[in-house]
Amino acid sequence: MATIASAEQADTEVPAKAGRPPGRRRRWAAWRWAVLLIAAVFFGIPLYSGLKFAGFKAFTQVIGYQQFGSAFALSLRLALIATVLTLVLMVPTSVYVHLRLPRTRRFMEAITILPIVIPPIVLIIGVLKAAPGFLIATPNLLGLEYVILSMPFAYRSLDAGLRSFDVRTLVEASNSLGAGWPTTLWRVVIPNLRTAIMSATVLTVALVLGEYTMASLDNFQTFPVWIVNFEQNSGPVSVAASLLALFVTWLLLMLIVTVGSRSARKHGGAQVTLFSVGIQQVSRTRGESE
Amino acid sequence: MADSMTEVAVPEAGASGTRPGRFSVLLRAGLRWVGVLPFGVYVALGLAVPTIAIAIGAFQNSSTGAATISNIDTAVHGTYLTGLETSLELSAITAIAGGIFGLFIAYAIQTAKRGTVLRRIVITLSGVFANFGGVPLAILFIAALSTTGVVTGWIADVFNGFDIWNHGFTLYDLRGVAIVYMYFQVPLMVLVILPALEGLRPAWREAAHNMGAGTWHYWRYVGGPVLFPSFLGCLLLLFGSGLSAYATAEALTGGTIALTPIQIGSLLNGNVLAGQQNLGYALGLIMIAIIAIVMILYTLLQRRAARWLR
Repeated sequence: MATIASAEQADTEVPAKAGRPPGRRRRWAAWRWAVLLIAAVFFGIPLYSGLKFAGFKAFTQVIGYQQFGSAFALSLRLALIATVLTLVLMVPTSVYVHLRLPRTRRFMEAITILPIVIPPIVLIIGVLKAAPGFLIATPNLLGLEYVILSMPFAYRSLDAGLRSFDVRTLVEASNSLGAGWPTTLWRVVIPNLRTAIMSATVLTVALVLGEYTMASLDNFQTFPVWIVNFEQNSGPVSVAASLLALFVTWLLLMLIVTVGSRSARKHGGAQVTLFSVGIQQVSRTRGESE
Repeated sequence: MADSMTEVAVPEAGASGTRPGRFSVLLRAGLRWVGVLPFGVYVALGLAVPTIAIAIGAFQNSSTGAATISNIDTAVHGTYLTGLETSLELSAITAIAGGIFGLFIAYAIQTAKRGTVLRRIVITLSGVFANFGGVPLAILFIAALSTTGVVTGWIADVFNGFDIWNHGFTLYDLRGVAIVYMYFQVPLMVLVILPALEGLRPAWREAAHNMGAGTWHYWRYVGGPVLFPSFLGCLLLLFGSGLSAYATAEALTGGTIALTPIQIGSLLNGNVLAGQQNLGYALGLIMIAIIAIVMILYTLLQRRAARWLR
């Protein structure tokens, strides 16, 4: 398995690296740094202001603050429900689409992007209108809807993962060695998708830990709703809590992507960075032209 | 695109030739879709059914349940029309400005060396910030740009006590909300445009370069035309994302800015007169109709983009 992948990388990495004449890179550098500097200022200053507003003490007070525990526990429970369901639903679906229905990938992309553009406030009022009473009574309904909301990010990251290695060859090899579909999925496809699955997980958790609209209209005090409810009487603690959540999520994502690309370097294979694949375009075009 | 045409045409030709073949072809085609059935059912239940419920509710009288178009009528007049216009304006501004800024950031890290720490940081931060919003985001900007904010103070220090709030700046109107929206629109653009940028092959650039094209000519005749449909498609996504945002504007302005999602929220929260939730459904239906148009355009643009990318 590793040999197949590394042979492919050896094939593809050379043209990718030889991409740009060195002279041009230097000329680009100036505006590149200018753009990134502006971005750093725009995204950094509000963060800095928030940190200053919260103050150091607030960070130590977050855990143990009134009702923080129960709100955070509820959010974690919803995150667990949403993550498990997302993976169980999206991993086999995206693998299947990749192998059997490659022509419908564009259609899948359009379907899975819908939750970004459909207003959550519209979706939740429809859900509350249509869902059976026994579901509305529990916060689990939110968990079920978060699966829908996480689809755009989960599907894209899984799709990028599937494009980063030659699924078809590995699956055919596994099948011809006598492995059935469940074995192939569990022991061949999923290990290769590890980075993508972890990114999808973290993005789903991040979404659940930040989703306010649906939770507030459904009248459950999740972590984001708690932040709003307690912002009035303790602003600094609320800000500290949300900054903490933001930072931990980012740290996790960074860890996954770093470890993922390190193992990609070691075992060969393209690098996956959340939604995009490093070195894969060249090999695909070559495959098509042959 | 030509490939997909031939693939569709082939089984049909075979089926019309031999009669028993048709059934097995149909059966096989049907079986191929079984694999996406669980996904399809989930999306139908979680996305389609709620949408249909809203569509039905939009045409019902709140108290009697009788069929009526008065909800829709109210939704396209007066304050609700203003709200819709403001929403569209806000979404368009943040989509275009955020889209251009996001494109530059994405291109900057795309042309940087692959797998560098910088690239990883920008992409992971984009993943986190694209999901950031609501009260926490509003508070960050209030801490930075309100009358007593950090940045307001800096500007006053540097320019001899110049107070931007006395010179027409406010965080709580359309422009203020637009600035705050950029905080999730720009990262979203970085994430969605990156795959398209990666589709631009270095070989094209080299070929253009070898034929004597400079940077401007490359972008005017090669890179630009290839990228343009994807770019427009991503702008449409940002437009939809801006249209659907609720929590941030609500938190920032306390619901005082007239945006359709906020109006829906207040109708459904019972802050306005009771028995008006069907008006909320009607507003929701109008938003869905706008989103439907946006998505049709998006799909067409994606198809156009696929001619060269991937």
